[in-house]
Amino acid sequence: MVDFGGWEMPQQYTSIRDEHFAVRKVAGLFDVSHMGRFRIAGGSSLDFLQHLVTNDLGPLVHGQAQYNLLCNEGGGIIDDLVVYRGSEGFFAVVNASNRERDLKWMQEQAPPGIEIEDRTFELGLLAFQGPRAQELLPAEGLEDLPYFGFRGGDVAGIHALISRTGYTGEDGFELFINSDRVGEVWDAILERGQEAGVLPAGLGARDATRLEAALRLWGNDMDETVNPYEAGLGWTVKLGKGSFIGSDALQKIKAEGPRRTLIGLKTEAGNIARHGAAVMSGGKRAGVITSGTHSFFLGYPIALAMVEAGTFRVGDRVVVEVRGREAPAEVVKLPFYRGSARSAASPTRS
Amino acid sequence: MADRRYTKTHEWVTVDGKHATIGITDFAQSQLGDVVFLELPSSGRKLTARETFGVVESVKAASDLYSPVAGRITEVNEKLASRPELINSDPYGEGWILKLDLAGDLPPDLLDETDYKKVTEASAH
Repeated sequence: MVDFGGWEMPQQYTSIRDEHFAVRKVAGLFDVSHMGRFRIAGGSSLDFLQHLVTNDLGPLVHGQAQYNLLCNEGGGIIDDLVVYRGSEGFFAVVNASNRERDLKWMQEQAPPGIEIEDRTFELGLLAFQGPRAQELLPAEGLEDLPYFGFRGGDVAGIHALISRTGYTGEDGFELFINSDRVGEVWDAILERGQEAGVLPAGLGARDATRLEAALRLWGNDMDETVNPYEAGLGWTVKLGKGSFIGSDALQKIKAEGPRRTLIGLKTEAGNIARHGAAVMSGGKRAGVITSGTHSFFLGYPIALAMVEAGTFRVGDRVVVEVRGREAPAEVVKLPFYRGSARSAASPTRS
Repeated sequence: MADRRYTKTHEWVTVDGKHATIGITDFAQSQLGDVVFLELPSSGRKLTARETFGVVESVKAASDLYSPVAGRITEVNEKLASRPELINSDPYGEGWILKLDLAGDLPPDLLDETDYKKVTEASAH
């Protein structure tokens, strides 16, 4: 077990390799109950959230979710989150390590009449992810649930909020279930999927699959010193929706063009470039590795690096620091792997 | 195994006359997670006790390997190059790392099973 944002979580249940393959080939079940979950309601909650986040929540109908960013006044990324629009207000799912900070930030910005409630400890959250997730989930009638759509329903006879979202690049579902029943749903999904090869999957498989899909991890690939354009998340910034926190700064950054950019790197077997390692080109430091792992599925190590914008193109050769020595790397296209998810982003992606 | 001895850095060694076999412990492999690569020395190299002789790289982290004993390397487990996962699946058997011809006496600070267990219990959480 490892400490992750204050939660004790398994790196693997059996083997990262097996769990990773289960997610890519069949489906894997993650316990992501550590993620922060807030309910945001009250008269002007739409206006309030529009002021907080970068994406445009306006077009969202009830039962739709959207990938979003919280930025500070300077345009730095406070956190990334998924915002759900329900019939009785909004729901936000944030990173575990940022839960308390995000809650405080939201409360500080909230006008009177807005209720922000931390539901993290009342609701469990499971992620069932993989190309066969829909077929193997013990629930009915999900064929027409669109990517980034959600609805109430029963999973193994227990009430859940079922959302077609995830963090692996595969099709799949995230299930919000009352904490006292979540264990039963966990067991039922594993039992139903056992024969097909469904496995419980830990943090190791989660990190590998999200990195293959080039999904950014807050704290690794971005933080308050990084803006959305540098993180390759400019598509979540809707400057046309009106003023919001950070919009002035982001307007300027967009006009001038970002100074840095995230790129994908591939290295030779055994050369895992870790977070913080240097990226070199022509004998000079050109950037830093933000995330790196060995991809069992692809068969080689992969990494994301934050480098000076406009310096590298796909196919370029660079040098990365591995275990204190220099190792060759190749710039590759992102994502490293495109799974069964129907779209890399929410339906409102422009 | 009664004659297996351990280090605080989670290597093990078995000794048969002048010949020693070394690897990393089951506790070490479980803490590292899936091993993806080993950087190992060549046969013939001489090692002193506690000298770094290689690196084991797992999905989680790269960790140095320390020799529990002094000696000259006679054999490196070639299978690990293509099947590093043997470290995880069979750390005391097929996942052995080096064989050495011992030089001198065994270091006095090697741990027996009981004392090593205390070390792992103290560092596990």
